[in-house]
Amino acid sequence: MEVKEKMGRLENEEYIINMGPQHPSTHGVLRLVVALKGEIVQRVEPHIGYIHRGIEKMCENLTYQQIIHLTDRMDYLSAHINNEAVCLTVEKALEIEVPERVKYIRTIMSELTRIQSHQLFWATFGMDLGGLTCFFYGLRDREKILDIFEESCGGRMIVSYNTPGGLMNDIHPNFQNRVKEFLKYFRGVIHEYDDLLTGNVIFQERSKGMGVMTKEEAIAWGLTGPTGRASGFSCDIRKHNPYSAYDKVTFREILYTEGDVFHRYLARMEEMRESMNIIDQLIDNIPEGPFTAKMKPVIKLPEGEYFQSVETARGELGVYIVSDGNKNPYRVKFRSPNFVNLAPLNLMARGSKIADLVAIGGSLDLIIPDIDR
Amino acid sequence: MKSVIEYFRGIFNGIKSLLVGMTVTGGYFFRPGTTLTQQYPDNRDTLVMFERFKGEVVMPHNEKNEHKCTGCGICEINCPNGSIEVIPATEVTEEGKKKRIIDKHIYHLGMCTFCGLCVKTCPSQALAFSQEFEHAVFDRTKLTKVLNQPGSKLMKGVE
Repeated sequence: MEVKEKMGRLENEEYIINMGPQHPSTHGVLRLVVALKGEIVQRVEPHIGYIHRGIEKMCENLTYQQIIHLTDRMDYLSAHINNEAVCLTVEKALEIEVPERVKYIRTIMSELTRIQSHQLFWATFGMDLGGLTCFFYGLRDREKILDIFEESCGGRMIVSYNTPGGLMNDIHPNFQNRVKEFLKYFRGVIHEYDDLLTGNVIFQERSKGMGVMTKEEAIAWGLTGPTGRASGFSCDIRKHNPYSAYDKVTFREILYTEGDVFHRYLARMEEMRESMNIIDQLIDNIPEGPFTAKMKPVIKLPEGEYFQSVETARGELGVYIVSDGNKNPYRVKFRSPNFVNLAPLNLMARGSKIADLVAIGGSLDLIIPDIDR
Repeated sequence: MKSVIEYFRGIFNGIKSLLVGMTVTGGYFFRPGTTLTQQYPDNRDTLVMFERFKGEVVMPHNEKNEHKCTGCGICEINCPNGSIEVIPATEVTEEGKKKRIIDKHIYHLGMCTFCGLCVKTCPSQALAFSQEFEHAVFDRTKLTKVLNQPGSKLMKGVE
């Protein structure tokens, strides 16, 4: 009698488990407290802060050139785009026009960054869903982009290539040939991505109709990047608010209406192809000229508030700088895409199985250091 | 009847999609020449890093054991995390003037974030990046390095 009563109580009770902070599928130190009923997710509560380094506060004691190297370490897969965001804000505040050459190189580098980020997404997403093969193929192709970065910037992932007013050094003489070589190579092998994962019946069964966000929800929660665009929210900063050389190229904004895991994945696949088209249009017409505008050694922004947003591989990154006229900023705030994209995880995962929570979390392509900063 | 056809079509399409994926992996299995694994510790003799690779900060010396560092300390100011310490000394020149030189140029490799600001801002190009990337040591104190070699002097003509 007693045992039966106890069993009955257990059946109705929620079972709370910790996923993370060392769980490999959270891609970093994200702790998810998951309330389960059997295998069904009732509630997901993300606990963040395990890799909080206080980057925003550290920026207040650094000069504008020194801030750049910290932004590499936020979203380390779009390091170059993060650098660019700070540089654009500083240049906007100083009202200087950077040379055309710089704009072209920045755009090409940003798109290469986007491709390598999505390649890593593809590799790890496949691995999350049990296809370990994807990991090797994704990293094999990503290596070629990292080599391009290493040759020109000196770093593979943490590039620190931008500086307010221009670039740290000019592109390597081999750069254009290498990029063209890569595009030719990658166009030849990208069909393998589709053959291996996109068309796979197990993958489709696990991803279609999972974690649906409607367009209204996506707008309400502020989802950006491929995650928002898969729900039909047209939010591409490159299109709506062009910076650098994006106003000189034509490209398609990838939009889907389904908003499930599968279409978030498809959006990233298509973005890789679009990025290659953008690079194609720019790589042969890099104008001659200096690789940096003339800058004073000590940069002092005029008093005021400045904001600039860019499109990273994961969504909209906004940089907000308050200056009091000194060589250090008074306050810096980063609007990071991952923090916002993580927020509706509870809404997406509620009612699905715990194995699908891994798929939903993977499809958001979260970078935890960007959430915590 | 229709649902039965759908059922078998689903099975057929599923198996087909798996086979398509397996042709990719199988193709590479039978073409081992197309894979590109680097045999890293074995190829150390032939491994060439890119010339701009930011391995660690070094101070190049010429064959007469002379360097270009004047001890101005601009690298120390620009370093975001205090990886560089310049300990200056004064030297009396032949004309009897006092001149600032470096006693020690200390570089904490363990703190360095490889932003490249010291190398870029040095007015006399005294610093450079080496392509060394094997930084592992057993003792943390070994990561603190003195960049100027013992007995080295300032190169002539560098102010």
